[in-house]
Amino acid sequence: MPHIRNFSIIAHIDHGKSTLADRLIQWTGMVGERQFRDQLLDTMDIERERGITIKSNTITLPYTADNGEEYELNLIDTPGHVDFSYEVSRALASCEGVLLLVDASQGVEAQTVANLYLAMEHDLTIIPVINKIDLPQADVEGVKGQIERELGLEADQALLCSAKEGLGVDEVLEAIVQRIPPPKGSLEQPLSALIFDAQYDSFRGAIISCRIFDGEVKPGDTIRFMYNQSTHKVEEVGIFGLQREPKKKLSAGMVGYIIAGIKTVSDTRIGDTVTLEERPTAQPLPGFKEVKPVVFASIYPVSADDYQALAEALEKYKLNDAALIYQKDASAALGQGFRCGFLGLLHLEIVTERLEREFGQSIITTVPGVQYRFTLADGQTITVDNPMHYPDPTRIKGSQEPYIRAAILVPERYLGAVLKLCLERRGVNSHISYPNPGRVEVTFEIPLAEVIIDFYDRLKTITQGYGSFDYELLDYRDSDLVKLDILVNGEKLDALSMIVHRTRARDWGVRVCDRLKDEIPRQMFKIAIQGAIGGQVISRSTISAFRKDVTAKCYGGDITRKRKLLEKQKAGKKKMKMVGQVMIPQGAFVAVLKTENE
Amino acid sequence: MTPVPPLPASMNPFVDAALPGLYVHVPFCLSKCAYCDFYSIPDGTLIPDWLAALEKEAGFYQDRFGLFDTFYLGGGTPSLLDLPQIASLMKGLRRHFTFSPDTEVTLEANPDDLTAEKVKLYQDLGVNRLSLGVQSIHDRELAFLGRRHNVRQTVAALEAARAAGFVNLSLDLIYGLPGQSLEDWRKTLVQAVTFDPEHISCYQLTYEPGTPLGRKKVRGEVIPATEEEERDFFLFTSRFLEERGYLHYEISNFARLAEPRKDATPTLTLPPQGGGNPSVASLPNNAQFLANEEFCPGLINNQESFYRKLETENRKPHYSRHNRKYWNHTPYLGLGPGAHSFQNGVRWWNTPSVEQYCRELAQGRTPVADREILSEEQLRLEVLFLGLRTREGVSLDLLRQVPGWEKTLHNLKKEGLLEVHQNRAAPTRQGFLLADGLPLQFMDEGMGEDDIYYALETSAKIPHLSF
Repeated sequence: MPHIRNFSIIAHIDHGKSTLADRLIQWTGMVGERQFRDQLLDTMDIERERGITIKSNTITLPYTADNGEEYELNLIDTPGHVDFSYEVSRALASCEGVLLLVDASQGVEAQTVANLYLAMEHDLTIIPVINKIDLPQADVEGVKGQIERELGLEADQALLCSAKEGLGVDEVLEAIVQRIPPPKGSLEQPLSALIFDAQYDSFRGAIISCRIFDGEVKPGDTIRFMYNQSTHKVEEVGIFGLQREPKKKLSAGMVGYIIAGIKTVSDTRIGDTVTLEERPTAQPLPGFKEVKPVVFASIYPVSADDYQALAEALEKYKLNDAALIYQKDASAALGQGFRCGFLGLLHLEIVTERLEREFGQSIITTVPGVQYRFTLADGQTITVDNPMHYPDPTRIKGSQEPYIRAAILVPERYLGAVLKLCLERRGVNSHISYPNPGRVEVTFEIPLAEVIIDFYDRLKTITQGYGSFDYELLDYRDSDLVKLDILVNGEKLDALSMIVHRTRARDWGVRVCDRLKDEIPRQMFKIAIQGAIGGQVISRSTISAFRKDVTAKCYGGDITRKRKLLEKQKAGKKKMKMVGQVMIPQGAFVAVLKTENE
Repeated sequence: MTPVPPLPASMNPFVDAALPGLYVHVPFCLSKCAYCDFYSIPDGTLIPDWLAALEKEAGFYQDRFGLFDTFYLGGGTPSLLDLPQIASLMKGLRRHFTFSPDTEVTLEANPDDLTAEKVKLYQDLGVNRLSLGVQSIHDRELAFLGRRHNVRQTVAALEAARAAGFVNLSLDLIYGLPGQSLEDWRKTLVQAVTFDPEHISCYQLTYEPGTPLGRKKVRGEVIPATEEEERDFFLFTSRFLEERGYLHYEISNFARLAEPRKDATPTLTLPPQGGGNPSVASLPNNAQFLANEEFCPGLINNQESFYRKLETENRKPHYSRHNRKYWNHTPYLGLGPGAHSFQNGVRWWNTPSVEQYCRELAQGRTPVADREILSEEQLRLEVLFLGLRTREGVSLDLLRQVPGWEKTLHNLKKEGLLEVHQNRAAPTRQGFLLADGLPLQFMDEGMGEDDIYYALETSAKIPHLSF
């Protein structure tokens, strides 16, 4: 146990976490130059493209330190986004220390701060690492100042490195050995292991990643998950090399995997405690939480014929993503689909993008929303995450929506713009602090619904990319909620309905009407597009009818050509949604959901 | 080649009991008009080969098409043929086919080809209808269009035709030229009407890819009329001609009501070129015109009484009997390069190349390039869109097969695009303007399973043609 170190790297997006992980792997000699591929731990294409880690990966690095001793360094990779903060917290709970990575040119960002707090909550040893020191715009001294003033860490403890160029990697490895304490724990105590991740393997089922705190586990043992009380017979245990390396056992202090014939990752809970059936531990490890989705949207196949294929794709996808929940949904405009719950907006994007890319599905996603609460006349309180289930307004006595605390860190010159955005989005109780000259941190309380559409992009635009953003869920608050319907020639487009605060309904209505106006082709009739709350129209746009479309000639030689054109149009019509007499292209639904900047 | 027995009409509900029409394509032009994408070659040396091939081709069909009641010699420029050539053509065709005694025999002619002598001889050969490519009465417009003739020649040609006793004349006119004003167009129409033709075709100028005009458009050298302008021209034309006794019976076609001619040789007046014509009343501007249009009790917007008038007065408009066959799904046989034919739910067409056409026939093969066997669904679709381009419209029985047809029809009536008369839905003048989009309103979303089985069954019934 004295020769084990368990650590994570935490950083703001793009500060070089994956690149540093790659260097550590390379430096410890696990891969030769030839096999080396950028961002080894990010195995999904989408992770490499976006520069973020979605699924955490873990690796055990064999390292011979300067003192000649051999160590096992367990690098527990964490998802780098606020949507996955619970998963991050469980990974951190499995560590004794972290590398806090700060970009030498960008400095401390909102997520850096949030991650630091998380690490401090777990009482971890924190090693600040200033990365990208090779960049011409690197400002090492400035960043050191920020580390002292904004993070309250000692700047002279900070290591300097350029993961890209391989500078300072040796020093980082030595610091891991010297500064991070070895794990504590007892081999004699009953098994107590923390699940911090689970991945699906089509041959072996769910493979759980865990940290052993006490005791040991080996093949043949019967293990028990303390939260859902299920038991499984262990088939294999081992550690994560570049591939899985089976071991005879995993014992206190170690990080590794357990394969135990578990069907899907949904049969496991991240944060759950694993113990032995025969000799269970008295107390589960602290910090377990059932992850609940906060953002909801419906997914429909572009072509109604593909519903079954989408159902199968979701089922497969779900094998490896316990956080996604879904159930059947149906829309008059879009047909059969699924209502899905996500951890956040990024999670939504990842799910939809992977369904399209990896599972080959063409899908339409409806306007994302949150879970609202309504108190009805009979005193009953219901939660609604789908606008189609909005209760009869005459029965509503009160309505509530979830609020978050948002933290935005920006250079001071953008303060005005940020405060304006915050006000526009119904932010309240804003608090401004100046952690460092020239920089400002704005925290405010804001409805979650306001940040799930178009907020990140707007923030980036108004701060020219300098603003960083982080949030935590607060509570439910009273809110004047209405249901906004979109009507085309009087027929409701249910897939575009949304529950929205009364003061924001007009903005949204105008925006949707304008978008649809651009997307719906002219037809034989005038098309009226309206946004309405109940019977009251709050926004409208009109598409004028065709004035003339006839072609002059149609004789013997023209008939086949003209018929073929009509057949083509007819096939095109099949891909359109008929709402009353109006043909609406599928693309119109997609366009409505796109953000302003796209 | 085994002759294919004709399919009993009872097996195909769309086969019209009417006699088929015969079309012959003359693929020769002295020069290409700027807007034309019809197939033609400027080289007349192939005419003898083409004539020989044509007769061979007729031989292939003599058992499948016995009797015709229309014969249309189109092109290209049929008037380019000299008289012995036309005589030999007619003779060759008569060897294989029979024509009913009242056959409508149309010849397309350029005004500059029509001498008094030629016109007389056409008549002797049995031609009883001339379709003249007049296009415009403005020489500058004719030059823009790349026409060889001028307005003087048009007048001379018409005088010659009337003098020879032709009582069935059709004029082709073109409108919507770049920069053309409604006034310019009105002058052409006014003059056309003074010729008192039995039939007028008014085509809106189109910019076909590959034509000189199409290329000019791509290069931005001409600016086509806007949709609004095209609409104004269309509505103006329809109203102007209907007010003068011409029935707007198809998108581009107007038929004068048949009435006894007061004067066998009318005096033709020609407006002075380039200047205003004092006899032409000043034209209201477009806005005034369109304002009137909405309330105009024009013939077409009062269809029922119009038809009743036709019935009670027992008057028959001078339709193009031949062209109506295309729109009524009546069988037709097209001979010559690029010509299309239709019979018993099958459509086929010839190679457009004159050389290949002659070569195939010289070697005893038909020049058919391709054909299609129309499914029940396709036939229905054609009946629908062809019908919606004509004043007869389509039978409500056809529309009834589309789910939700009543609501669609109701909406289209409400929009003033369709009218219902005697179990038929017909486009109004406004409806004509949108005739390309109308059929789509009555097309349901894709074939149901029933449709597919039905189509398979019916296409199995249509005999396979062995060309």
